[in-house]
Amino acid sequence: MSVVALGAGMHPWGKWGRPFTEYGLAAAREALRDADVSWPEVGFLVGADTIRNGYPGFVSGATYARALGWSGARIASCYAACASGAQAMDIARTRILAGLCDVALVVGADSTPKGFFKPVGGDRPDDPDWLRFRLLGATNPAYFGLYARRRMALHGSTPEDFAAVKVKNARAGALNPLARYRKPVTAEEVLASPMVADPLRLMDICATSDGGAAVVLASEDYARRRGVTEPVRLAAISTVTPAFPNTVLELPEFATDSAAAVPPPARPFRAAIAHAAYEEAGLGPEDVSFAEVYDLSTALELDWMEDVGLCPPGEADKLLRTGDTALGGRLPVNPSGGLASFGEAIPAQAIAQVCELTWQLRGRAGDRQVAGARVGLAANQGLFGHGSAVIATR
Amino acid sequence: MTLAIDGWFTAEDGVTHLLGARCAACGTVTFPPRTGFCPNPGCDGEHLEVTRLSRRGRVWSYTASCYPPPAPYVAAEPYTPVTLAAVELEREGIVVLGQVKDLTVADLEVGMELELTCGPLADGPLVWMWGPAS
Repeated sequence: MSVVALGAGMHPWGKWGRPFTEYGLAAAREALRDADVSWPEVGFLVGADTIRNGYPGFVSGATYARALGWSGARIASCYAACASGAQAMDIARTRILAGLCDVALVVGADSTPKGFFKPVGGDRPDDPDWLRFRLLGATNPAYFGLYARRRMALHGSTPEDFAAVKVKNARAGALNPLARYRKPVTAEEVLASPMVADPLRLMDICATSDGGAAVVLASEDYARRRGVTEPVRLAAISTVTPAFPNTVLELPEFATDSAAAVPPPARPFRAAIAHAAYEEAGLGPEDVSFAEVYDLSTALELDWMEDVGLCPPGEADKLLRTGDTALGGRLPVNPSGGLASFGEAIPAQAIAQVCELTWQLRGRAGDRQVAGARVGLAANQGLFGHGSAVIATR
Repeated sequence: MTLAIDGWFTAEDGVTHLLGARCAACGTVTFPPRTGFCPNPGCDGEHLEVTRLSRRGRVWSYTASCYPPPAPYVAAEPYTPVTLAAVELEREGIVVLGQVKDLTVADLEVGMELELTCGPLADGPLVWMWGPAS
């Protein structure tokens, strides 16, 4: 049972300093145009919330419905941190598959402050996200630094490998008109950028961006009635939580689960997110033509490649070095340019990944087209235990 | 001395202990401590006891924050990088994150042993920290 990605649209990512609603509205209108669907035809709108933009951000479904013009559509709003977009798409998909609507619109957008993400304001000692800053000064990049250092210790990755990820993704991003950073970079530039969260430097870490993304999802029947004969299908959307005990230290936690009583699960959380998607799609890593993975840092792209099964643990660096994961390689990773070229716009990014899957699978990704793309995988993770993976096929 | 958070650690007679909760039924440990139900989904335990965690463990990973973290962290002026270590406690099967005292990233290695201590935040209150093993 799959739904069809009938349309995809994005607002260019950058640091525009305007209300998030503008980006979401622009992306939504673009996706509707792309799908050749008029807004009043949409039965259900799901918004992926932003928690940094006041009340309208918490009721994003209503915010976008109002911005598009009240149409009487049903709406939902959801928040799952960086996985919000996947959850929003899953909610839309469920309503379509239940036969309660034919066509749904999913929108996410954010307007971000400069610098480190901060916890939501006020004095809130019951909130682990507040406490990790208060007690430890543990920013998001600090956790990325922990993962990177551990990768170096376990697998022998080097800062040069990390820099090569950035060089690869910047080259792809330079070909993407929607990306925020469109300039190729050299490894020397990455390695000379300031150290932020040892061993990660400024250019190893994704920026915080303004941006928006939207997709129009529909039933297969609806697509057929519209004359779409070879649609892009969403064969899986995985929004699983970790299985106990999660033995990886996750944002924003102070500690892992305890493995004293129960041994760790066979698949760590990130691997389990992708595994659930493969199971749902009836596909495996060997079927994947390209992948969009969550490169919050350069090092994390390498971890994700292994977690989603593109190669055995410890071998991602080798694939990178041989050029397999570059555009034109055997298995391109982050052909969009990834977060390295876009930056984080939290509620939009899982949706943006699906926009890229859609364009690639249609063969309309322009200069960054992956030749013969049939199966695309997007993987992502939101803090507090939110999985996010999508498999799209054509 | 004031503790930066109540109930998560003790610092008495120069010895620091992290406080966790231990399920009386299955032995699962949590940090920070929690009350109510055991987080192990296969356990019906409802009795969680406060327990002192091991004071020594091995480095799972480490990093340093080279720029001042934003509020509510109070950064020292002038700022020196805050070193963080995630330390694996074998008996509890848990990894606990903390600031590192008297060591920098240049001194640390994954797998090395550290010992619990404590130290002040820039605005005064004490927090648990990982330090050299004695």
